[in-house]
Amino acid sequence: MTTITTPFGLALAPDSAPAPARTVVRPGVLPAPGPKDWVPACAVHTLVPGRGVAVLLPGGAQAALFLLPNGMIYAVDNIDPYAGAAVLSRGLTGDRAGEPTVASPLLKQVFSLRTGVALDDPKVSIPAHSVRVQDGVVHIGLRLAGTSAVR
Amino acid sequence: MYLPTQRTVVVVGHGMVGHRFVEALRSRDTDSTWKVVVLSEEAEAAYDRVGLSSYVGAWDRGSLALPGNTYAADDLVDLRLGTRADHVDRGARTVTTSAGEVVAYDALVLATGSYPFVPPVPGHDADGCFVYRTLDDLDGIRRAAETALARAAAEGREANGLVVGGGLLGLEAANALRLLGLTPHVVEFAPRLMPLQVDAGGGAVLERLITDLGVHVHTGAATQSIAREEDGRLAVGLSDGSALLTDLVVFSAGVRPADAVARSAGLDVGERGGVVTDITCRTSDENVWAVGEVAAVEGRCYGLVAPGYTMAEVVADRLLGGEATFPGADLSTKLKLLGVDVASFGDAMGATPGALEIVHTDATKGTYAKVVVSDDARTLLGGILVGDAAAYTTLKAYVGREVPGDPGALISPAGAELGADALPDDAVICSCNNVTKASICGAITEGACDLAALKGCTSAGTTCGGCLPTVKRLLVDSGVELSKALCEHFEQSRAELFEIVASTGIRTFSALVARYGTGTGCEICKPTVASILASTGSDHVLDGEQAALQDSNDHFLANIQRNGTYSVVPRMPGGEVTAEQLITIGEVARDFGLYVKVTGGQRIDLFGVRVEQLPAIWQRLVDVGMESGQAYGKSLRTVKSCVGSSWCRYGVQDSVGMAVDLEHRYRGLRSPHKLKLGVSGCARECAEARGKDVGVIATDKGWNLYVCGNGGQTPAHARLLASDLDDETLVRYIDRFLMFYVRTADRLQRTAPWLDSLEGGLDHLRAVVCDDVLGIADDLEAAMARHVAGYEDEWKAVLDDPVKLARFVSFVNAPEEADPTVAFDESGPRKVPVLLGMPSTRRPSHPQST
Repeated sequence: MTTITTPFGLALAPDSAPAPARTVVRPGVLPAPGPKDWVPACAVHTLVPGRGVAVLLPGGAQAALFLLPNGMIYAVDNIDPYAGAAVLSRGLTGDRAGEPTVASPLLKQVFSLRTGVALDDPKVSIPAHSVRVQDGVVHIGLRLAGTSAVR
Repeated sequence: MYLPTQRTVVVVGHGMVGHRFVEALRSRDTDSTWKVVVLSEEAEAAYDRVGLSSYVGAWDRGSLALPGNTYAADDLVDLRLGTRADHVDRGARTVTTSAGEVVAYDALVLATGSYPFVPPVPGHDADGCFVYRTLDDLDGIRRAAETALARAAAEGREANGLVVGGGLLGLEAANALRLLGLTPHVVEFAPRLMPLQVDAGGGAVLERLITDLGVHVHTGAATQSIAREEDGRLAVGLSDGSALLTDLVVFSAGVRPADAVARSAGLDVGERGGVVTDITCRTSDENVWAVGEVAAVEGRCYGLVAPGYTMAEVVADRLLGGEATFPGADLSTKLKLLGVDVASFGDAMGATPGALEIVHTDATKGTYAKVVVSDDARTLLGGILVGDAAAYTTLKAYVGREVPGDPGALISPAGAELGADALPDDAVICSCNNVTKASICGAITEGACDLAALKGCTSAGTTCGGCLPTVKRLLVDSGVELSKALCEHFEQSRAELFEIVASTGIRTFSALVARYGTGTGCEICKPTVASILASTGSDHVLDGEQAALQDSNDHFLANIQRNGTYSVVPRMPGGEVTAEQLITIGEVARDFGLYVKVTGGQRIDLFGVRVEQLPAIWQRLVDVGMESGQAYGKSLRTVKSCVGSSWCRYGVQDSVGMAVDLEHRYRGLRSPHKLKLGVSGCARECAEARGKDVGVIATDKGWNLYVCGNGGQTPAHARLLASDLDDETLVRYIDRFLMFYVRTADRLQRTAPWLDSLEGGLDHLRAVVCDDVLGIADDLEAAMARHVAGYEDEWKAVLDDPVKLARFVSFVNAPEEADPTVAFDESGPRKVPVLLGMPSTRRPSHPQST
C-alpha cells in the first residue's frame, strides 16, 4: 500500500475503494511538453464522476480537477475570470458537441476542459493543466518555470 | 404645474369609458394644456364593470380596479368620488355638484353611462328586488342571498332567485345567483334567451344547455306583479298566469342611457334616450361632448365597452386639436355564459335583403351554427354559434368577403376546416386590438417565433384571447418549427422527459441520455433531469449518480454568492421563530462572522459562509430543532403569511397556521422553476399572496385559492381558482395544482407563463384541478403524498452520511485550509466580499448623519 503525502502533509490512502471496474481513468489530454513538477492531488476513487474538486497548489494557486463519467480526468484553473472568484471546481460538467465542458456556477459561462477556452467568448480562456494518474493518485503537472498566474 | 392658458375639462362619470378618456387625454396632452376634474357618483374609482360577475366569490373590490384609476401621481387630475353632477349651466359653463360646489368648465364630457331599466310592474321596488350594475348592487344581492339561504335551510327547502331578463347580463346574473347557492330562474319576455344575439334555433339550443346547468328558464313570459308573501318570500306573477315564489329578484331587463343631466341642460337627446352627437362625439352644444353608453352617435347608442373606448379616444384627440371621428363599431360578440359558448357576428339575423341562411344543429352535442350569406351564396354576411364557438375568429374575418368554396362547409363538422392561410391579409384576426393577419404574419417574418413573442409585438390575443387558436395556426402555417428540444442532448421537452421518466422508471441520467438522448449532458439537461428524478422519487438529492446532476447550489445545499461563499437561510415556516432559535441564528452569525439580512420571504439570510463551514452551521441549526432551507434551486422557497386571526384584530382565519402546514407539506418539492406561496388571514391581503404562485386568502367561510401569480421580472397577479374552500379541499387543490405544474411546465417556466401557454387557460386549469376532467386528480394527489411521506431534512442527511459530508471541503488536498482568495471588506457600513482583480468595488460610504 502506497501512501502519498501532499504538499500540505495530508496523508491519502489511495486503495481503500477502487474506481469502477469498467471505467479506465486516464488524462483527457496529453501532457504539454516540457518538464513538470507533479503535485499529488487526491486518490482517484475520491472523485465523483461528473463533478470536480478544488486543489490547492504550491504558492497559493488553485486548480479545478474533474473526473468525467467516461473516465477522463481534466484540470483547469479554479478561478472564474468573469466573476473573479475561485468557483469553477463547483461547476457542472458536460459536453458541447463532444467537447468536454464545465459551466461556472455563478453566471454559467462554459469553458472547454481541454483547452480552457470560454466557448461563447473565445477571447477569454483559463489555464488548462496537465494531469496524470499514478498508483491510483491524480497528479497535476505544473511547469517548473513557475505556477500558473492567479492574481 | 398650472399654466395661465390652461383650460379645464370636467368629466361627468368615472366608469370604464370615463377613465379611458382621462388616460387618453393625459397621455397625449404632453404640454399640460388641460386640467381635468372628474365627478364620480359612485364612491368607487373606475373598475372593470364588464368583469363585474367575477366579483362574486372573491368579493375583492381591489381585483376589479382599473390600473391607474386614482391618478395618484398626476396633479392635473382632480378625482372627486361620491360626487354627482346635479346641474349643468351651459350659459355660464358650470357644473353644480351634489356637494353644492360649482365647477367651471371649458369643455364638458358626459360619460354617465346607463342605468338598469326596471319594468314598472307593481312591487318592483319591494325589499329583495335588485339591479345588476355596480359593486354595491352585488354586495346587496350577496347579503340577501345569505339571509335567504339561512332561512331556506331552517325551513328545509331550497332558496330561489329570479332574474327578470334573459339577455347577456341576465344570464350573468343567473350565474351569480347560482354561485351564491341559490336556484336561479330566468324570466324572458321574448320567446328565446339572448334575443338580440341569437335566433330561434340558437335560442333553443342555448336554452337546453342553460337548463342542463340547473337554471330554470321561462321564455315568452312577462313579469306582471311582485308581492310579498306571508312567509317573507316574493310571489312573482307571470303573464301566463303562473306565479313563482322566490327569495329575491334581480332586474336585468336592459339599460337606458343615463341622460337626465343632459336633458335638464337642454341638450338634444334621441327618441329612445341618449345624448345625440355627431361623429366627433360633440353634442348640440359645441363645448359639451358625450362618450360611452350615454352617447347616441348620429342617433345610435352602443352598449359595449369597445366603442365607448373609441369615443373616449376621439374626444381626447379633438380636445387637443385633432381630427378624429368615430368610425362606427363592430357589434360582434363572443362570450362564455355559464361555460356555454355563444357568438354572434355580422348580420346574424339575416336582415340583408335576399340573404340566405345555412344552419347546422347537433342536438346530441348541443351545438348550433348558422351562417348568413348573400343571395348568390358567395359572400359571408354574418352568423351565430352556440355551444361551440371555435370557428368564430375565422368566420368573422370573412364577413363581407367572398367565401372560398361551399359556404356550408364553414360550419359543417364534415367540411374541411377553413385554414388560416386562406384568410385575406387585411382580415382582422384580433378584434379586441384590431390586429390583421398581415401584421401577425409580418411579425413572424421578422422573427417572432412563438406565441409569447407574437403577443408581445402585435398585442394580438392579449385581451380576450379568443383569437389565440387562429394566431397559433398562422404560426404553424408559416412553417416556423417550434423547437421544444431541451438542449443539444435531448430533443424532448421537459414535460416529455417527465413522462418518459415516470413511465419507464429510469432512475439514472446515464441510462436516460443513452436511451433517449445523445452525448454526456450539460448544465441545462442535467439539473432538469435531477429535478424530474426528485419529483418522481424520494432519494436524497446527493444519492449516487444524482449528485453529479445537481446544479451547484443543490449540490452544496446553499446559495452561492458572488465571491464563491454561500448564504444559509434557516427554514422559518410562516416567518415564525422562537426566541431560542433566533438566539442560535445570532450566535451562528457572530461565531462565523456572517453578514445578516432579513429576506423578502420572511426569513433570515446569513452571508459569507465558506463551503467547509456549511456542515457545522447546519449542525448548530439541527441542535435547536431547525433545518436549513431552500433559498436556491428550482423548488419551494417560502410560504409567506400575515399574522392572521390569532393576533390580528381583522383576521378571519389562522393564516400563520395554514402557512406553516403548507410549508411543511411542500418543502423540498422540486419544480420547473422556483415556487413561492403566500397566505393572508383576511381580504386586506397583507401577505401579498396574489403575487405568489399559490396565494391563499381567508374569507369568513374558508379560503379563496389564487394561482399563477409571479413577482420578479414579469409580475403577474394570481387568479382566482376556487372560493370558500375548507382546509382539506384547499390542500387537495394545491396538491393537484402543484403536481400538474411540475409535470407539464417547461424548464424555467414560471406558473404565470405556464398558465398563458395552457390551451384553454384558467378554465382548463380549473377543470383539471377542481373538476378532474382529465381523470388524473388521484394520480396527482398520490404523487404529492409520496413527496410528503418521503421528505427528509436534506441538510441533516448530509451530516449523517460520512461520504456526502466528505465533499464539503475547501480543497481536496487541504480540507481544512480556508480558501486564500476569499476576503471581505468590513470597513464600510456593511461587510462585503472583495473579488479577485477587483480590489475595491465599494462606493464611498454615505456620510453618517449625527
